[in-house]
This record gives sequence, structure tokens and C-alpha cells, in this order.
Amino acid sequence: MCLGIPGRIVAIVDEAAMLATVDVSGVRRTVDVVCVAAPGHPLAELVGAWVLVHVGFAMSVIDEEEAAATLKVLAEIGEAQAEIEAIRTGSVELPAAAS
Amino acid sequence: MRYVDEFRDPALAAALIREIEGVAHRLERGRDRPFAVMEVCGGHTHAIFRYGLEGLLPDIIEFVHGPGCPVCVLPMGRVDDCVAIAERPEVIFATFGDAIRVPGSRKSLLAAKADGADVRTIYSPLDALALARRHPDREVVFFGLGFETTMPSTALTVLRAEREGVTNFSVFCNHITIIPTLRALLETQDLGIDGFIGPGHVSMVIGTEPYRFIAEEFGKPLVVAGFEPLDLLQALLMVLRQIEGGTARIENQYARVVPDRGNPQAMDAVERVFETRPVFEWRGLGSIERSGVRLREAFARFDAERRFAVPEISVADPDACRCGEVLTGKVKPWACPMFGTACTPEMPLGALMVSSEGSCAAYYQYGGVRQPHADATPHAPKSLEATA
Repeated sequence: MCLGIPGRIVAIVDEAAMLATVDVSGVRRTVDVVCVAAPGHPLAELVGAWVLVHVGFAMSVIDEEEAAATLKVLAEIGEAQAEIEAIRTGSVELPAAAS
Repeated sequence: MRYVDEFRDPALAAALIREIEGVAHRLERGRDRPFAVMEVCGGHTHAIFRYGLEGLLPDIIEFVHGPGCPVCVLPMGRVDDCVAIAERPEVIFATFGDAIRVPGSRKSLLAAKADGADVRTIYSPLDALALARRHPDREVVFFGLGFETTMPSTALTVLRAEREGVTNFSVFCNHITIIPTLRALLETQDLGIDGFIGPGHVSMVIGTEPYRFIAEEFGKPLVVAGFEPLDLLQALLMVLRQIEGGTARIENQYARVVPDRGNPQAMDAVERVFETRPVFEWRGLGSIERSGVRLREAFARFDAERRFAVPEISVADPDACRCGEVLTGKVKPWACPMFGTACTPEMPLGALMVSSEGSCAAYYQYGGVRQPHADATPHAPKSLEATA
């Protein structure tokens, strides 16, 4: 019950009623966007945004930069680990000693 | 979302598991019991089992599955109240699908429906409001249930009903709140929890600030996490690094969805519509002070408890059920004599067997009896896909 699902806002249905159409994996549904509307800004600015949809309400705009940053940190863990592994197993090519 | 698949990347998961093993190896010297990390949220419990994460971890680390499934902690007496409302001839009773099979002392909502009650499964409280508009001659009652994740949607629906002048819509409010529950848990004398994985979507609403007392008063780390395998593994690593460093802080792994300050519009709607109840009963945990909410007086006409007489009888859990001990991490589900025998997902006796987010149902469905570490293949986390 507490899980949400990412969807993309594709159209504003009713500006006054704060309703928008969200595409969730190809399924379109009208959702309430009160919780993601920036006060004083037209809802049209939300079109194209990824949001987390929960029981018919867009609850959070998903920050793609944050997602990318998290993945970057995780990838770095992987790279560092590969490097450590390579050092441990001695497969790192050391430069040939000058002769 | 562009990044959905990446958060299930087995290569990155393998790297994270190696990091976790490294920290665990350093931590386990001189340790006579596992490090217990409680995930509070039922959605996390479900994800841990679905992706087989437990089997990938070193033995020194143990997930404890906390009381974060709102369906699981709903007391039997409240289910009886639901059934009593639903059985009124003028009522259409609208509920999320998770709640329809929860056993009451007489019957579940599903059984009430089979007996002729007009019980409808809906996706959103807005669907319940739409039902009220379509059936002006009936009383539509929405079963409001859940932590802070679902609370704003109920509040916003009540505000919409008020704005639109809908008079045949009301809420049977069983919403509960996470912070008093965590405090009650932490004040339990023999609670052996070393750190917490904080709920992702509750935190999307309340932010990370309300958890601060867990670190400051109780000295436990908490990391708010998302629901993908990498989210959970990274959050676990963050908790373990805090334990290793001897620190206790509140951290946010799920920043792509959870703003540290939460969602002000959602919090505002919750504040306008709800007030705290002095005490609320939880299944398996007893009564917890200030852990539930009800509609404010100004919204009394939308409050099903005021509009309909409900029995409000407290019903004790079956004696043999060990739901409370499972919820607080004191025993594993298989230690309950009812587990898998008298109590199965098809015929649940205790609530933890009802919802897929309940830890008993998760153990039952995914065979989650922990395997010895030697059986796991830490560098090739096949379980990430195998059970997904």
C-alpha cells in the first residue's frame, strides 16, 4: 500500500481542480497534483516531469540528477572494488623497470 | 523513469555486497550476536524478500522486519467496525485491495461482500469520492488506512469533498503515524536493534527531520531508503558504516524522491484535516499513545465514526498468535506455532499473513528461512532476478 510508481505528467486536465494526466508505463490516469504544484506557477510547467504516483496522487517530483548521482556513487564503489581486487590478485600490469 | 533498470543492476549489487562484507568482517570480531537492522516499512520487507537480499548478506547482519505494514497492525476490533458499517444497506464501503481479506473476529470485508454487503475495491480515495458523486442516494464510506504516505491522499480527498459540497461521502479513519510508533519501539526494554532503514514514502511526506530523536536520544543510526535492491543495499551499507564509525545520524539514501523537509502541501492538508488521537490500539503491539489520527471537529460530517454507530469493541488476538513478537523483531515468523499450519496466506489467522507486505506472508511466499552463508553466492547475486 505504501509503494508508489513513477509516471510522467503528459497533460493538465483541469488547472483549477489541480488534475493532470499521468502516463505510468503506458497506462494513463488522471491524478491529483496538489502536492507537486509549485505555488504561484502554472501547472503546465509540470508537463514532462517524472513524479511518484501514489493512490491517485502525484506525491513527489523525481529528481533525475539525484538518481544519476546515486548511481554514480554506486558505480564508483564497483570500480574501486575492481581495482582492489586486481591489486590483490596481482593482475595489475606494473610498468617495466627501467634497464 | 530513465533510471529504473539501473537500480537493479546485478554488477553494482555485487559491488555493494562486497563492501557490506568488508565492513561486516571488520565488525564481527568479538561480536556474539548479529547486527540487527530493522526496516520499518512493509514495502521494504516485501522488496527484501522479493529480491532475495537476506540470502546475500553475511551471517553477522540480520534484517528485522518491523511494524510498518498498516494492514498488519490493524486491530481485529476495527475490522469488525468496518464490517458493521459495510453491512448497513445504505452504505457502499470502499477499500484498498490490501485490506479486504484482513480477518475480523466475525468475518473479513471479503466475507461481508460475499454475504451481500456492497464492498468495492478502489485504487484511490478519489475513486471513492467519484462513487459518492455517482450514487447520491447511497452513503459512500472510504476506509482510510495507512501511515503518512496515504494520510495526505485521504486529507486531500476530504478537502475536495468539502469544496465540491459532496454530502454522502465519509471516511472511516484508521490512519496511524510513524514517529510515536518508533519511539514506543525504542522504549521497549529488550529491543536489540542496532540501526534502522527508514521508510521511503512516509519520509517523502514528513522529511528526515522528525527522525532526529532516534539518533540523538537513542544513539541509533537511521538511513531513509528507496525500494529498489540497490537502494536497500546502499542504505544497509550506510547504516553499517555508521555503526563501524561509532556514530548515529539520520541519512537520506532516497534523495531523488525524499526532500529532507518533506512535502509541505501534503503536510498542510494532513494538519488541516486530522488531529491526533490520545491513544490508538495496534494489533500485536497494544495501545500506543498519540499513534493514530482522527478527523477534526470541523470535518465531523465526513467522519464515518460520528455518522454511523460502530461497535468499537476491542478484540484480543488469538492466544497462539505471536504477531506482536514478530512485529518487534523478537522472534522470526517460523517460531510461531500457527505459521504455515493454522495460518497461511489463503486462510490467515494473524494479520501479518494477510498483506504481501507482512513479514509472515513474505516468509511464507518466498521461503525466507535464512540459508547459511555458504549457500549464498555473494559475487553473483542471482537472487536479485531469480525471485523478482
